[in-house]
Amino acid sequence: MTQDVVLPLSILTLLIPLLSFLINIFFGKKLGKISGVIGTSILGIDLGLAIIVAFTKLTSYAGIQVIQNRIEWFDLGSLQVNIGIGIDNIAAIMLIVVTLISFLVHLFSTVYMGDDRQYSKFFAYLGLFTFSMLGIVIANNFLIMYIFWELVGISSYLLIGFWYEKDSASNAGKKAFITNRIGDLGFFIGIMILFFTYGSFMFEDVFAGISSGVMPFDNPTMLTIAGICIFMGAIGKSAQFPLHVWLPDAMEGPTPVSALIHAATMVAAGVYLVAKVFAMFTADALTFIAVIGTITAFISATIALTQVDFKKVLAYSTVSQLGFMIMSLGVGGYTNGFFHLVTHAWFKAALFLAAGSVIHAMHQAMHHMHDHHTDPQDINNMGGLRKTMPWTYRTFLFVTLALSGIPLTSGFLSKDGILAGTLAYANLTGGWHWIIPVLGFTAAGMTAFYMFRLTIVAFHGEPKTEIAKHTKENKLPIVLPLVVLAFMSLWIFYSPNPIDASKGWFHKMIVQPKSAVPDAYQWSFLINNKTEEAAPAVHQAEGATHTAEITAENPHEVTKAGHTTGHYLNKFQEETHHFHYIAMILSLLIAGSGILLAFLIYQYKTISADKLEARFKFLHTFSYNKWYFDELYQATAINGLLVISKALSWFDNYVVDGLVNLSSYVTRGFGYIVGLFDNYVIDGAVNLVANFTGYCGNKMRKLQTGHIQSYVVFVLLGILILLYFFI
Amino acid sequence: MLGTMNFPILTWITFLPILGILIILLVPSGKDEKGQELSKKIIRWVAVGITFVQLILALVIYLNYNPALAGVNNLKTFQFVEKMSWITATLPMVGNINIEYFMGIDGISVPMILLTAIICFVAVFPSFGIKKAVKGYFAMYLMLDLAMMGVFCALDFFLFYLFWELMLLPMYFLIGVWGGPRKEYAAIKFFIYTLVGSVFMLLVMIGLYHSTGSFNIIEMMNAANFRGDSIFGGLNTTIRYVAFMGLFIGFAIKVPLFPFHTWLPDAHVEAPTPISVILAGVLLKMGAYGMIRIAFPIFPDAFGYFQTLIAWLGMVSIVYGALCALGQHKVGKRDFKKLIAYSSVSHMGLVILGLASMRPEGTVGAIFQMFNHGIITAMLFMIVGVIYDRAHTRGLDDFGGLAKKMPIYTGIMAVAFFAAIGLPGMSGFISEVLVFLGAFKSYPVLTIISGLSIILGAAYMLWALQKIFFGVLPEKWQGPWDPTRLIYKTDDVNGLEMVALIPLAFILIFLGVYPNPILNLMTGSVNQFIEIMKPFVYIGGL
Repeated sequence: MTQDVVLPLSILTLLIPLLSFLINIFFGKKLGKISGVIGTSILGIDLGLAIIVAFTKLTSYAGIQVIQNRIEWFDLGSLQVNIGIGIDNIAAIMLIVVTLISFLVHLFSTVYMGDDRQYSKFFAYLGLFTFSMLGIVIANNFLIMYIFWELVGISSYLLIGFWYEKDSASNAGKKAFITNRIGDLGFFIGIMILFFTYGSFMFEDVFAGISSGVMPFDNPTMLTIAGICIFMGAIGKSAQFPLHVWLPDAMEGPTPVSALIHAATMVAAGVYLVAKVFAMFTADALTFIAVIGTITAFISATIALTQVDFKKVLAYSTVSQLGFMIMSLGVGGYTNGFFHLVTHAWFKAALFLAAGSVIHAMHQAMHHMHDHHTDPQDINNMGGLRKTMPWTYRTFLFVTLALSGIPLTSGFLSKDGILAGTLAYANLTGGWHWIIPVLGFTAAGMTAFYMFRLTIVAFHGEPKTEIAKHTKENKLPIVLPLVVLAFMSLWIFYSPNPIDASKGWFHKMIVQPKSAVPDAYQWSFLINNKTEEAAPAVHQAEGATHTAEITAENPHEVTKAGHTTGHYLNKFQEETHHFHYIAMILSLLIAGSGILLAFLIYQYKTISADKLEARFKFLHTFSYNKWYFDELYQATAINGLLVISKALSWFDNYVVDGLVNLSSYVTRGFGYIVGLFDNYVIDGAVNLVANFTGYCGNKMRKLQTGHIQSYVVFVLLGILILLYFFI
Repeated sequence: MLGTMNFPILTWITFLPILGILIILLVPSGKDEKGQELSKKIIRWVAVGITFVQLILALVIYLNYNPALAGVNNLKTFQFVEKMSWITATLPMVGNINIEYFMGIDGISVPMILLTAIICFVAVFPSFGIKKAVKGYFAMYLMLDLAMMGVFCALDFFLFYLFWELMLLPMYFLIGVWGGPRKEYAAIKFFIYTLVGSVFMLLVMIGLYHSTGSFNIIEMMNAANFRGDSIFGGLNTTIRYVAFMGLFIGFAIKVPLFPFHTWLPDAHVEAPTPISVILAGVLLKMGAYGMIRIAFPIFPDAFGYFQTLIAWLGMVSIVYGALCALGQHKVGKRDFKKLIAYSSVSHMGLVILGLASMRPEGTVGAIFQMFNHGIITAMLFMIVGVIYDRAHTRGLDDFGGLAKKMPIYTGIMAVAFFAAIGLPGMSGFISEVLVFLGAFKSYPVLTIISGLSIILGAAYMLWALQKIFFGVLPEKWQGPWDPTRLIYKTDDVNGLEMVALIPLAFILIFLGVYPNPILNLMTGSVNQFIEIMKPFVYIGGL
């Protein structure tokens, strides 16, 4: 297959799920139950296409950095806006991750959502989500990335609030969307800074601009800030501290949604973004990213320790694992960070689908027993499910091992790599940076503990309620995805060696890109010393359409270099390799003790959970209440905003509009006064004249008596007066 | 090409409503044998016909418009020009008065004409619900249509002013007679507020006439046409600044820009649905259009002087409007229409910010935003109208769970709401992004603050969405809207409402994916506009 087909096929892969959306949204009512079949088969086809695209890219063109195109979207004369799509190795792998998990979730949902009133709408939304997510995957520029970023946000909003009649669900959807938008604003500001400086949205143009030494506002700090702004998008989508609060609430959505969106794909988009634009981060920006990742990994692991809701435990575990990925990217462990994204996607999707399987079974049992009050998600209502739901248990146990980082699983390989990376980083940079591996290892230990706590409480022992006793294993469409996903969590898919992934295909394909940042602003240990040859630089060619051609001329050389092992791109990788065994032993010890502790407390009850809880009352409450983040935000940001907006509304109504009304009163008042003046003074004067005249006339009239004698007297008087004057 | 033909299409599109008004006034108001008022039906369909023909004419203009010719300050590149002497008189003391009937369009007016035609057509359908004095209503409606179309076609200041004032009269009656409980207050407020702006405009217009000897807007853009000793002669004089501010305030009232916006919530709340649609859809655009067509290019020096202030006003409007929409403090009920009115203040602030940036992308974004805001808000007001007609309330707290009762309606509404919060795939996103990109180059800090509206917009819109459509349906709406099934056969939107809403939704999505049909129209003109302004303004960036 030639390279020219890759892009058209990717566009087809992108658009097919949209078709599922359109069919199900417009004809869903008529289709009824068939809509699920249609959605699932469409995704099946999509998966096939994605596999073709990915395999073509990863086998025939692995050495080509990116197969991409560039088309003009609109042209404002002075400004051309170009967009395009591109398939690089991480995009190829993500295509498979997204479509396969989406396909399995579709399949799972045909049974899980079987009784739902809005069955077809659910599949429509799943299609919309898959479309948006694939858009993020194949974007080769910030604009398309942002567009699909927002679309993913809206489909997540629709799916979280799917059961809209529940207030908690619609609140959770709203919270997720708005929290994400805070991150998106940062992302958008970052895009504006970059566009302003480099005049393009294309990744390659931006990287080329940075490596040519052009800095935003001529200030290298602004490049760090731009990087952090872009990373804000990831903070929102990948639920990093301090915007992580939306993800646990998002569990209000149907469980398949949690598996697809809030465990495997959408939340990984932030990590994917950071990986995509890894070349633009300065040392300072990377430190910021590492710190945020570490804090997130640690905090959410502590919260997961005490939660009793099955899905909430998994949600906080997801946040924690996303923190691991971000931390890994931040310390410079590009490959392992992305590796963990992929391995985590399989086993976390499996964990959530298993949770769905359990909840579904609990629901069925409740329905059977006419019980509508028990919380089917509370692990304290479960127990003993190992016997009633053997397949769910087996798969769940296996992926729990993967998440805990036990050898022979994919999770072991990726987590081990991340932890080795943090040690390498701390060793190379020193100082307070040692906190990162310390917290990283601690979080890894807690992961093993809380996952086994969950497994033991929910699946082991005796059933704690009648409902748990009456649960039954689910049908094949629910069990099959679990098995497939658990199977995908075996080490063998990534590396023949179960304890070292660095010789596997994954590490050969996913090579850390050369940093575009000028050396002065980048860690010296991240600067590739075997640059062009080993890792084809992102900005090898000026024009995008030429990239493929130029690199295509010598693909063998490039792939050969990529396959050469034992050579490290940079100091960091060498150091990581040195720390590999130390990290492995440490992490196994820590994970092992976490598991042991979980067994001692919950299985064998050697240590009493209640006593522990009583002794560490404060810590327990703090963790159980999620470090009070929601309360804190409610008290500060949300209430603050509401108070301001209410105050402004008041201001608008009474002050701004008051002034308008006041001016009208003043005018009318003035008019009234003028009216009075007119009425009493001007008109008064007129009337006065008239009245005076009338008065005079009236008085004069009295002279007209009609008596001839008085007239004679008046005449005489008159003559006398005249005589007086004239003489 | 039609443009070169002698068919006076601008006159036709503008004055076609007169024909409608004549027919409507001549329809006898008799009743047929069933006692039904036949005249109402005829009148309604006459209005539909007239606005439909107008829409066709607008499309003809659109299809025959040549985007390569820029217009703005160059008469030769204006299209469909009609120019003839109208009033010539020699008056004692004043001298020669020469007013021309001068119409012509460029890339800035074409989107507005298209918008006016679309909105006037779709707003006829919600007008079918008007029961009182139908004849008078539609006569006024068509007169409003005429005046708005005229404003966007006129190139003679006097003519422009005439149309501007003509628009006031029908609007006053449409709110004052067919409006809600506080209609008199709202109508008077609207009328006087706008009139205050008109007074400024009139004074400046007379001054400009004295300085240039004509009312020709295009000639006024050329500093060489000003007599040196005249009142507005020269550049950067105080009197020019004052005159600019006068014009600016006159137009800003219409936009409406903070702090001249308070007439808007009242007018919207009281106006009947179709009039709200027109008010938000077209009328508000006249203010910003006046700035681009008249205030800015005639006084570019003064614009340069006040540029930062204008950008600030834009920013304040954006954030303030959004916060007020979120606040909705008003004692009593939280009104859906008021929420949208404040969101209009916020969205139109974006137009001003884009214009103030004086960057091509910002200005194109601003004009595109005018177009998009027209379509989106028209949709939003019609959507409010739909439930108001059924439930007779617009209180946000009165509803809940409508998604179950009215699924199609909810779907259409979701499109409008998501467009209003600037979701990609809808046209509003493109214009928002263009405005922000342009504004960031000139005013980075103001733009970042304005960016808060991205979050606030989502907050108030999703809140309203949740209040009305999600949750559980209140008991009083459990039954059908209309138990007799005479007016509303189903509980969901009816056919007539769909006719108005679906085309708008289609436009939103189409332009969101493929904005070129509108962007291409104005690119040339906007670049030309920037060329005029460039020597006088601050343009940040590289």
